[in-house]
Amino acid sequence: MKHTNSQADRQIADGKHHPLEPYLRMDRIPHIWCSTCGLGTCLNSFLTAVRNSAIPRENIAVVSGIGCTGRTAGYVNLDSFHTTHGRAIPFATGLKLANPELTVVVISGDGDLVAIGGNHFIHAARRNMDINIICVNNFNYAMTGGQFGPTTPETARTTTAPYGSFEHPFNLPFLADSCGATYVARWTALHVRHLTASIGEALERRGFSFIEVISPCPTVYARRNRLGTGLDLLQFYHDNSVIKNGIDTRECDIRFQEQLIIGKFVDEEKTTFHDTMTGYLKDAVGEKYVPYVGPMEMPGNGD
Amino acid sequence: MSREDNSSWLKTGPHYWDGDYACAEGAIAAGCRFLAGYPITPSTEVAERIAERFPLVGGTFIQMEDELASMAAILGAAWGGAKAMTVTSGPGFSLMQENIGLGVMTETPCVVVNVQRGGPSTGLPTLTGQQDMMQARWGSHGDYEIIALSPSSPQECFDLTVTAFNLSERYRVPVMFMMDECVGHMTEKVVVPHLSKIHVLQRRWYRGKKERYRPYVPGKDLVPPMVKAGDDFRFHITGLTHDERGYPVINAACQSICVTRLVDKIKQNADRITILDEDRVEGAEVVVVSYGISYRVATRAIALARDKGIRVGSLRLVTVWPFPERRIAELADKVKCLVMPEINLGQVYLEMERVACGRCRTKLVPHCGGWVHDPEDILAAIVEGAKP
Repeated sequence: MKHTNSQADRQIADGKHHPLEPYLRMDRIPHIWCSTCGLGTCLNSFLTAVRNSAIPRENIAVVSGIGCTGRTAGYVNLDSFHTTHGRAIPFATGLKLANPELTVVVISGDGDLVAIGGNHFIHAARRNMDINIICVNNFNYAMTGGQFGPTTPETARTTTAPYGSFEHPFNLPFLADSCGATYVARWTALHVRHLTASIGEALERRGFSFIEVISPCPTVYARRNRLGTGLDLLQFYHDNSVIKNGIDTRECDIRFQEQLIIGKFVDEEKTTFHDTMTGYLKDAVGEKYVPYVGPMEMPGNGD
Repeated sequence: MSREDNSSWLKTGPHYWDGDYACAEGAIAAGCRFLAGYPITPSTEVAERIAERFPLVGGTFIQMEDELASMAAILGAAWGGAKAMTVTSGPGFSLMQENIGLGVMTETPCVVVNVQRGGPSTGLPTLTGQQDMMQARWGSHGDYEIIALSPSSPQECFDLTVTAFNLSERYRVPVMFMMDECVGHMTEKVVVPHLSKIHVLQRRWYRGKKERYRPYVPGKDLVPPMVKAGDDFRFHITGLTHDERGYPVINAACQSICVTRLVDKIKQNADRITILDEDRVEGAEVVVVSYGISYRVATRAIALARDKGIRVGSLRLVTVWPFPERRIAELADKVKCLVMPEINLGQVYLEMERVACGRCRTKLVPHCGGWVHDPEDILAAIVEGAKP
């Protein structure tokens, strides 16, 4: 029978404990996120996927950047890294290449991943680096008080776009797809089961995966745009989301308070960076090739 | 001549290498098996050598999309368990400062090679400079102490790269390896010792019980032991001010404890870290304090001054940071003048002047970069300094 983390933890999880307690740093709870923010749901989905996964927990590492979503790394009871703004992906790249046995998950926000970290995002996708990206998109820079970002829909108001944003936002699934991501999906914080299943799929497969989660920011984005509470936004997602699996990602644009196209858009096999590198060098260098074997006792005679 | 056989991981024996190649071989000898870099003159040959050699010695080289990514990647690799290095020059060094700060804050061992060229900005891509010395010291934001070495020859590019890795492992701090274009492109004899003669420090792993592990509980030397991802410690590290658990604590009390230890672990171990190379300093009336390629030029000026009967000593800063305050202060009490040539308009000199604190004269021999000093300029400063 296949071992899963959930079986190992069931004893603890039964009864008075929250089922995800073993996966959380309980000494850091309560978290800093606002009431009805979508980040708690995203964390729940991620940890449920981890719990249901056959991947040993010690082999899963979480890397976050800066911002509200960037705080995720601090709450997971896993090897976790809270890095610099925009640099979660290259940090994760180094971590993965130094220990290819790890399943590396980057959980960060839209501003972190595709504004300040946009260059790293496109290159990691191009290389098909074997890392999983969960991008929580709340349409603004929330930690700093609600400024517009690369995903803010046109006409939406933010503190730095007081008359409404007039920049064209990124269509993130299209961006990831066109750069070479081998798994691309979008869900909302309402679609918990879909999201959890999608994260589970991404964890099990190899290659660069990208999951966008549309998430309510009640305190700054929703308030400034008079969209109500987080619950009102979940109702909006309920009424306006259309699941279109496999749709051309060019059709996934998001306009202010209009229909949201969600689903799994891309799921294809492609050789990862690591496999391409080792395979290519094996052919090119021949029998003298010595592949990197992961963390090791380094050669040396010192203490 | 046949192509060199590059297959053995340690190339024991004599070679005719430039400083960049020697640095790459020093990294391999030190156990470095991960390098992330981005091409930039005059450091590119280090990455080129590594790209050729790593597939033969079990290393992973990745050319990143920029220097921001390169620096972030080596930090990630270090936490994955590898000894890791990046290599760049001035403009790239500027971009790396952000994650050098993360490396300092998270106490991540790694080596950053900067083959210096003239600046500011794009400056002199192919010509030498020593203008990033203060950037090495203060380039990232916030208060911290750093370790920086400055090799003066290709042989030292090999030897001191090993030392740089040892210091980074010993003190858990990014070590700045401050070469310059001249040393990087200078080709000389480099002898690679036998494996048994190379002192390589292993990472100092945490050996206690897993459930009792806290990432930032330091030893007596103020340095905490390391762990790596994947070993079920389920640790957390952050660039935020943090407590012993590695958890963010955003207040003045925790900031004081956290930052003070980061600074003290270098300051209190400064005498153990510092490497100086002295020649005829005892009884000298003037001492020339120099580092990197400027030491080589100063050697000629010192010989000329001795011909004139001036008692001149030489103090070479093999480690520039932490600044050897104790030794400089001792000399300031004994000599008439401390002379420092450097290929900038006065950077490390300001530290020397501060420490001498008026107890002797100090003289800067500045140079804007693009070439080394004329020994006559250093000689003039020595002669001036020897006057009563």
